[in-house]
Amino acid sequence: MNKEHKSDKALLVVNNIEVIYNRVILVLKGVSLSLPEKGIVSLLGGNGAGKTTTLKAISNLLRSERGEVTKGTITYQGALVQDLTPAELVRRGVIQVMEGRHCFEHLTIEENLLTGAFTRKDKNSDIRFDLEKVYEYFPKLKERRKSQAGYTSGGEQQMCAIGRALMSKPETILLDEPSMGLAPQLVEEIFEIVKDLNQKEKVSFLLAEQNTNMALKYSNYGYILESGRIVMDGPSTDLRENPDIKEFYLGMSEAGRKSFRDTRSYRRRKRWLG
Amino acid sequence: MQTLLFALEVSLNGFMTGILYALVALGFVLIFKASGVFNYAQGVMVLFAALTLVGLQQGIVPFQHLINNLLGTSIHGFGWNMPTFLALLLTLLTMLLLAWLVEKLILKHLVNQNPVILFMATIGLAYFLEGFGDLMWGADLKKLDIGIPMGISDTVEQTTYDWFGYGFFIDRLDITASIVAALLVIGLTIFSQFSKTGRALRAVADDHQAALSVGISLRRIWVIVWSIAGLVALIAGIFWGSKSGVQFSLSLVALKALPVLMLGGLTSIPGAIVGGLLIGVGEKLFDFMVGPMIGGATENWFAYVVALVFLLFRPQGLFGEKIIERV
Repeated sequence: MNKEHKSDKALLVVNNIEVIYNRVILVLKGVSLSLPEKGIVSLLGGNGAGKTTTLKAISNLLRSERGEVTKGTITYQGALVQDLTPAELVRRGVIQVMEGRHCFEHLTIEENLLTGAFTRKDKNSDIRFDLEKVYEYFPKLKERRKSQAGYTSGGEQQMCAIGRALMSKPETILLDEPSMGLAPQLVEEIFEIVKDLNQKEKVSFLLAEQNTNMALKYSNYGYILESGRIVMDGPSTDLRENPDIKEFYLGMSEAGRKSFRDTRSYRRRKRWLG
Repeated sequence: MQTLLFALEVSLNGFMTGILYALVALGFVLIFKASGVFNYAQGVMVLFAALTLVGLQQGIVPFQHLINNLLGTSIHGFGWNMPTFLALLLTLLTMLLLAWLVEKLILKHLVNQNPVILFMATIGLAYFLEGFGDLMWGADLKKLDIGIPMGISDTVEQTTYDWFGYGFFIDRLDITASIVAALLVIGLTIFSQFSKTGRALRAVADDHQAALSVGISLRRIWVIVWSIAGLVALIAGIFWGSKSGVQFSLSLVALKALPVLMLGGLTSIPGAIVGGLLIGVGEKLFDFMVGPMIGGATENWFAYVVALVFLLFRPQGLFGEKIIERV
């Protein structure tokens, strides 16, 4: 595996963590990853692989779901952060955008965005300035600023969730499945904005995705999770060329499309990969 | 004409009682909105606030029965009356302390549990607080007087007599209660719509997890909400206590708040007020018009029947938040 990458200036380092839910359910069995400064790193894998759990372990939303990091360490800018509350992490610049958008439905879009600035102590005019900046990235949100978030479309809600996170002036956004339930065109639009934010606002992204194709296209580095373990990692360009990734995650194989009759051997080979 | 005016007077009196119902209901709504918990202890908080206020004001020694029994002494009071303002302030501090303790001792340990479990915890809190209040201040009926004008307002009677040739009997206490309630609602609405903390409260009410994720501390929000509910309980306690004396039955007033909530909606502050007024006016008018035909005493059940009808046809209440469902 490629270790070169880790010698880059790492912002966030997750070192061999184990996560247990409800004191009995072992979900992560030793996950390590690192996010370099100003990088976009994707975390790929199927349902239940542990992508969301990894993100929640970092943002510490895990504890409110009765989960716990029982082994390993998580450091951000060299400091241990696994005992901080989510609010303290937001103040340090790490914020999570949760899967399934989670906007405040009865608040207007603008109010949603403003709650993102909850932890900020700076002047109202600064917050207003950032609000306008978010509207520049997401012009659609400006049009709908006065509507209740619950009545906006899925794409608008996803934008609202990302915009809300931006309002906290983050260095790092943990973005959980932004493509979920969105039309391919919208997915592309959202990923373009992620790229923009990364380049212009210097925000680093740790991106959990099932849409492997998109995620590898926009990220610099990728990790593949399978039932709570990292099974493969590497620069995104390498991963895109890897025959196993192509077959298992991108649905391409040298023999053309697989027939369902071959699923058994397919499963056996996939287990080997894990 | 005379009957019509009498009906009008009855409605006005109902209106005033309704305000008091609304005050109790408001406490429920605040906590329900912010934590999705139906706070069974709200009624007892009203009682506890009123008890503490009376006890402090009259200089009653807290836990006197306990102290007397343990030490064989027979102390009853400090022998002085505390200035009303100081007593009010100390009671308010007590309610804030209570909010802080509730979060520290109960809510903190029940984060992300099923709402029913939290509901059960508030039932426990209600019984504890009831016993604690009795133990602290004694169970006898106490008279609360903090200088709010009471008795029939002569001005209203005189003016209405001059206008209609029929004098309205309106209690001055009720008039003050209406003004205070109106101010309270305006204040709360401004707070929740336009302040940063108010916005955070509404955010928490919508989605706990998302609120956590943007860095809102649930524990701080809960302390704030329970403090406001404590303040509202204190105000309700002052008016109910002045009206009917401070004793255990005060906590039963909270039962009347339930139909008010069904009518107005559990999640709406204006709903609590309108619901309170409708129930207050409704039950008085019903008793006045229909009561004599069916043997009276309709006030006891009218509110509950109305609530039942509402549950059948509009379960979220008049102003309850519509459940937003996207298809």
